[in-house]
Amino acid sequence: MHPWIGAGAEDRARILAEIGKGSVDQLFSQLPQSVQVGAVGVPEALDEASLLTYLEGLAGENLTLDDMPSFLGAGVYRHVQPAAVDAVLGRAEFFTSYTPYQPEISQGTLQVIFEFQTIICQLTGLEVANASLYDGATAVVEAALMAHRIHRGRRDRILVAETVHPVYRRVLNTYADALGLEVETVPLSEDARLDGCALVAAVGEDVCGVVVQSPNFLGVIEDLPAAAAAAHGCGAIAIQVVAEAASLGVLKGGGALGFDIVCGEAQSFGIPAGFGGPHLGFFACREEHVRQMPGRLVGETVDAEGRRGFCLTLSTREQHIRRAKATSNICTNHGLMALAATVWLELLGGSGLCALANSCLSRAAWLRERVATIGGGWRLAYPGSAVFNEMLLLGPGSGPELVERMADEGVLAGVPSRLWGGSWPDGLLVAVTERSSRHELEALVAAMGRVR
Amino acid sequence: MLREEPLIFERNPARRTRGGFRLPPADVDDVEPTEVLPADLVRASLNELPDLGELDVVQHFHRLSQLNFAVDEGLYPLGSCTMKYNPRINEQAARLPGFTRIHPLQPVSQVQGALRLMWELSEALRSITGMAAVTLQPAAGAHGELTGMLMIRKALEARGEHRDQVLVPDSAHGTNPATAAFAGFQAVEIVSAKDGTVDLAALDRMMTDRVAGLMLTVPNTLGVFEHRILEIADLVHTRGGLLYLDGANLNAFVGRALPGAMGADALHINLHKTFSTPHGGGGPGAGPVTVSEVLKPYLPVPRVVKNESGFGLQWDDESSIGPMRGFYANFLVLVRALAFIRSLGPDGLREMSEVAVLYANLVRHRLRSAYHLKYDAPSMHEVVFDDSLQAEQGVHNVDIAKRLLDYGFHPPTMSFPLIVHGALMIEPSESASPEEVEAFCEAMLELAREAQEHPERLLEAPHETPVGRLDEVRAARQPVLRWRPGGPAES
Repeated sequence: MHPWIGAGAEDRARILAEIGKGSVDQLFSQLPQSVQVGAVGVPEALDEASLLTYLEGLAGENLTLDDMPSFLGAGVYRHVQPAAVDAVLGRAEFFTSYTPYQPEISQGTLQVIFEFQTIICQLTGLEVANASLYDGATAVVEAALMAHRIHRGRRDRILVAETVHPVYRRVLNTYADALGLEVETVPLSEDARLDGCALVAAVGEDVCGVVVQSPNFLGVIEDLPAAAAAAHGCGAIAIQVVAEAASLGVLKGGGALGFDIVCGEAQSFGIPAGFGGPHLGFFACREEHVRQMPGRLVGETVDAEGRRGFCLTLSTREQHIRRAKATSNICTNHGLMALAATVWLELLGGSGLCALANSCLSRAAWLRERVATIGGGWRLAYPGSAVFNEMLLLGPGSGPELVERMADEGVLAGVPSRLWGGSWPDGLLVAVTERSSRHELEALVAAMGRVR
Repeated sequence: MLREEPLIFERNPARRTRGGFRLPPADVDDVEPTEVLPADLVRASLNELPDLGELDVVQHFHRLSQLNFAVDEGLYPLGSCTMKYNPRINEQAARLPGFTRIHPLQPVSQVQGALRLMWELSEALRSITGMAAVTLQPAAGAHGELTGMLMIRKALEARGEHRDQVLVPDSAHGTNPATAAFAGFQAVEIVSAKDGTVDLAALDRMMTDRVAGLMLTVPNTLGVFEHRILEIADLVHTRGGLLYLDGANLNAFVGRALPGAMGADALHINLHKTFSTPHGGGGPGAGPVTVSEVLKPYLPVPRVVKNESGFGLQWDDESSIGPMRGFYANFLVLVRALAFIRSLGPDGLREMSEVAVLYANLVRHRLRSAYHLKYDAPSMHEVVFDDSLQAEQGVHNVDIAKRLLDYGFHPPTMSFPLIVHGALMIEPSESASPEEVEAFCEAMLELAREAQEHPERLLEAPHETPVGRLDEVRAARQPVLRWRPGGPAES
């Protein structure tokens, strides 16, 4: 008798008698004998205390980001984690409910999504935002496929800056192949920004979209207005990807700079690193394209007595109505992560988010200045380029070597820049946040001084 | 639970600065953004987002939460969604710092526990399904479907075949045809036989050399097991196709049957259904895909591998379809699923499915006299009635659903299967007590009586919820998708 199974042996016997079955086996009699099995080979059951001990053991085999100063980023950042965020997430009314298909008993979830959509619109400078996607990589895929659809599949090339996160680009390749979408990479120039001349040379009447990430994979702020202009020059959809959403506290969202779609990863808004998931894909676009948009949308309406309420809407884009002609196959999304982001953003407020972004910016500026004084082969790869909170550092060795040697010095210094290749130098991508205290920054610099 | 809660943007209208959270101290010199960033890219302000105190924000979400129905409130027999109990120990485990505070790009030597957890879950899923290999990457069921269909596409390409169609039964969930399309196939609908299962003659006719495979849900969305599954698999394979099984309904037969023995080439598993991870108001879930030997070479990268020194990650393999997402999986969802599997063990998992099937049959037995059952085949974990008896009084499934809200139960699924007009798809799952399931049946019987005697009570329902029936047509015709200062949401 297991505590998560509602019926005990006596209950089962009684129900079997009521429904006129002699045994449980009879309930499975329509299954061919050859597919039936007596038991599955999973380990024997654990009681709750033993289960926790087992899982704590697994957790204990990991080195956490709190065990030593950490400067890992590359799409996953360590920002402040207010206790109130997880307290809200722990409310069963939120986490044990389903997709709000019955609006009358789901106003909590629906209003949260409506607020999330509003905040994402404000941050991106666009008119419509959806209720979430899985993560930054799949958000980029959805944006590319949407650009393809807007052009009715008549334009089969999409241009993607090489400085877009390499994992996002690889994921896009996985999906694009099957749909006849040709992904073309636009190289970077010497300042680690998208090569504007190469972009202008690559655009054409067969290009459905141009994808630029800013801040880009190397941390550098792209020339967004120029990229949007190049896209629009050939009638393509301009797509901005944001992998470090905290940057939107100080930088304008692409919507204000001419972009048609702004999407990416919002893990920075109160979601733990969690070994890579679940994180939070966000997606915003212009109103004129809303019917091509992927994912769920919440809209405002009224009930029979004229009271304001919210419900899922424009569902004719979605798989449960449109089936093979849907704008995406997504059903389950990352709603609880959108809740986390909404709580986090509302706790910080506008002034808090600005202050947080400025703190990141100041700490990055401090580190950039100090790197120049370390010597021993350490230097900034792109000293002249503007960054938000991440930068490529070169040192005495390859990226993986530097990671290892810095870890020996007690610092998780960064991510090897060429972990997935790339036509940039081999070094360390180093990210700072508002949590990178002066003490931790000094420890990083001191450790670099010892690694020569 | 009846208070209307304003939008957060309607609070603090004067936008006075208050702090809802205190940041770490400024211990380096502040820089002016325009000094270090291109001035034309710097944001002017963010004052649309109000500044409130911590209690204001906590109260806001507390009040909003009270407008929701949830598994913890009462039976949630939403068919095909498997709304079972979300055990609290799983939540505790998923919040261990050793799981939440690890970065996916730390050196693998620092995250051996996480990799071991993924390995152990993979092994458990292999043994539960009898399949050859597994990927944990997919973030949801539909994502798993796409992963599987892209593998099928790649396997056929490797054979030098370019098959462009995929067969999908007319009873299928909407994600199946949508997935087929996003994997670059034309979804071709195959009409169900009279008992709701696959029509073998139709399959025989349609399974041509243009067809890459069949996407089939077992048991299907009627809760009916495809009793000719072996013939179906054989036919698909003989004609050079591959069999995709949708595991959304796996809760019906864990520990009782193996998809691997059914001839599946790919099968996704919704961890947020069968293995108890919470639905979170829409997600996140996790949709691992198990595959046969035929598809194993095409599994996504990165893959967790086991070697002499422990566990590692393999990022590259020429034959792989490539990565399906950022990083490795919805890891914290995996923690919960493994906790569930380890808590139940082999006997518990089997009992889980047995009770889920028993309860569905109890509901079927009790409601049989009051609701029409279009497909009379034996039910597994769910039963699909329809509203045809009530429709005579002008009462439709949506009215029954709305009135059920007044009785404190979540309604059944109504949007599919499309082959049942006015569907009421009921899946009790195994966690509730028999008394709770019986109380639900009583409520449904009472509704059926009301539909005959006082149909207006259903037509005007719900009466007891925070808001009444919402005008969904208006929401779609005049979309208001965000709050704007002074906009309709503020009036």
